[in-house]
Amino acid sequence: MTWWMWIIVALVVMGGIAWAMRAVGQMATGNAPAFRDMPFGVAYGYVIGVAFLAVVVWAYLQSMSAETAVANKFYFVGRAVEGVIMFSIAAYLFRMLGRAVGTYWTRKMFRSMPLTAAFGILVMLIYAFVAIFAGLLAPYGQAEILPFANIVPGGNPALGGDPNHIMGTDQIGRDILSRLIYGAQNTVGIAFVTTLLAFFIGSSLGFLAATLGGWLDQLLSRTVDVLMAIPSLIFALLLMTIASVWAPQLGIPLTYFMVLIIAVIDSTRVFRLARAVGANIVVMDYIEAAKLRGEGLGYLVFKEILPNATAPLLAEFGLRFCFVFLTIAALSFLGVGIQPPLADWGTMVRDSAAFINYAAFAPTAALPPLLAAGAIALLTVGVNFVVDWMLQKTSGLKE
Amino acid sequence: MDTVLRIILQRLALGLVTLLVVSIVIFVAVNLLPGDFAELILGQGSTPEAVASIRRDLGLDQPMVARYFQWLSGMVTGDLGTSFAQLNFQTNLGGAGGVTVIEQIAPRFSNTLFLAGVTAMIAVPISLILGVLAALYRNSAFDKATNIFTLSSVSSPEFFMAYLLILFLAVLNPILPSLSNIYDGMAFSDRLNKSLLPALTLTLVVMAQMMRMTRAAIINLLASPYIEMARLKGISPIRVIVRHALPNALAPIITVIALNLAYLITGVVVVEVVFVYPGIGQLFVDSVKIRDIPVVQACCLIFAAAYILLNLTADILAIISNPRLRHPK
Repeated sequence: MTWWMWIIVALVVMGGIAWAMRAVGQMATGNAPAFRDMPFGVAYGYVIGVAFLAVVVWAYLQSMSAETAVANKFYFVGRAVEGVIMFSIAAYLFRMLGRAVGTYWTRKMFRSMPLTAAFGILVMLIYAFVAIFAGLLAPYGQAEILPFANIVPGGNPALGGDPNHIMGTDQIGRDILSRLIYGAQNTVGIAFVTTLLAFFIGSSLGFLAATLGGWLDQLLSRTVDVLMAIPSLIFALLLMTIASVWAPQLGIPLTYFMVLIIAVIDSTRVFRLARAVGANIVVMDYIEAAKLRGEGLGYLVFKEILPNATAPLLAEFGLRFCFVFLTIAALSFLGVGIQPPLADWGTMVRDSAAFINYAAFAPTAALPPLLAAGAIALLTVGVNFVVDWMLQKTSGLKE
Repeated sequence: MDTVLRIILQRLALGLVTLLVVSIVIFVAVNLLPGDFAELILGQGSTPEAVASIRRDLGLDQPMVARYFQWLSGMVTGDLGTSFAQLNFQTNLGGAGGVTVIEQIAPRFSNTLFLAGVTAMIAVPISLILGVLAALYRNSAFDKATNIFTLSSVSSPEFFMAYLLILFLAVLNPILPSLSNIYDGMAFSDRLNKSLLPALTLTLVVMAQMMRMTRAAIINLLASPYIEMARLKGISPIRVIVRHALPNALAPIITVIALNLAYLITGVVVVEVVFVYPGIGQLFVDSVKIRDIPVVQACCLIFAAAYILLNLTADILAIISNPRLRHPK
């Protein structure tokens, strides 16, 4: 039998179990309301949930098996389960801390916060800490080439590891752990700067278009329409091709070009939002009053419109940061993004991806690409959780 | 029906104009390159005579506007030029041989369409079912778990999901092949098997939005009086949702599906590189790396055209599914 037949059989068997469970429950409790009114879907859901938990627990126990082959096979599930549990506990403690310490407003905010949002904030804080103190945390420099290349991760000398390099070294002898830590500085830092730039361009032009209107608004809006008609990653790749020819001739590092290109492409999305929000604010009476007072354009944009548009722009900033971060990671992964010797997660994934094929007999060897890719995923997931919570809170989307 | 037809024709015309402007943007962007194609092909040690000869062959000595119209008319008639990487003495001397861009792109484009098709076949039904279930059991543990899962899968980079799937489904449990080496004349089932892992990766990437939109659109309707009426009649919750709420929620759902299929066009690039899938995205990235300008230009235009077309479809479907427009008073 092939794998998909097994899935169908398992689903059918679980459906049978669900039906039997409900029937037994009805008989045993004398048709108690909880069982009498239980739809089949709910019973099925319970069975699937229990089966899923059972499989996870079983896999986790397997990962601690004495047999190396079995333990290797379930190594990643084991570490993933541990990671999820550890992060859940950390997020829970973090939320408790937030509820106890701080000002009235932060405590109030933490009280209504779901665990996912607390997790997101915690992740963002950890990344900020690592990015700022990367120089102190990393045992070696990011471009420092050590005498020993290709040391296996794990730190076990019997398997070709080295306790001084827990994550091993890469193909030219750079410490992978240090590069992972510096990656927080480079990848996150560059993405952050790019997003700031995109917001600066997008929102100032957007507010300007909303305030002035007329031909400027038309010109900017139509330009943005055209730029948005090209898929952003494709457009970025096209422009990076051109920039890669220009960069050595002008003597400017390619990374600067990348920041500028992605900022311009992403500012189109910011422009749309800023213009829409701004257009709603411009028709307000207090803007009219400010105009009658004879205030200048700068005062209108920065003192009247901007403070009233911060909330939607802030949520957009989180989402935009995720997009920019993912675009930069994708470009680096494809080999045209952040250039060596700067340590960067996307490039690290590309360079070490082949080691995933050794996961079956040397699980630790497959860790560098997965950790680098996971580091990207963890941050974007965290930011998305926070943004999701903020949007839910402001839009009141309960039911 | 007249109004709808007019609006659709308007949108189509607008799409065509957008495509035309986009082609100008792409052409101008490529012409921002320092030097020109001739120097790029020959490299640094080129003699002025050789450069002049190639410039003449490629028509680079003509003004830019003339070249643009030449390129555009070539695009429309399917003649996309010859790729730099495939240039050789024969083509330079005006003989046959050498692979034209269209010969490179055509088979890969159909491969990419196949992958997108398989993805759509998997992603659309699953996200619809999950969305309906999440709306049915809203605020339950199931709803929250799906929410967390889809939010995580959509916000992770494509290559992370791809490598996780490779790790668990190809390396640790050899169920599916991790390399999608597809060639012509392959049996359909073989082809499907080889493109299943990339399709699953793309499914994880596009599923979240469709599923969340289905859930939100249905839940939005649940407060309406006619749903209240259906509930009071004693209809079961699943029937209320599938028969009464879902048909009225279809418009936003269809729009989101079309938009996500448009997103597939971009997502496909990274996924094809990971799985070495011989599609147009892989060709595009390879050409970007070796600066094979004619191929980059052509791929870019094809991606943009597909993107515009799908966005247009989303627009038109939204108009068609709006009864107020279909039956004007």
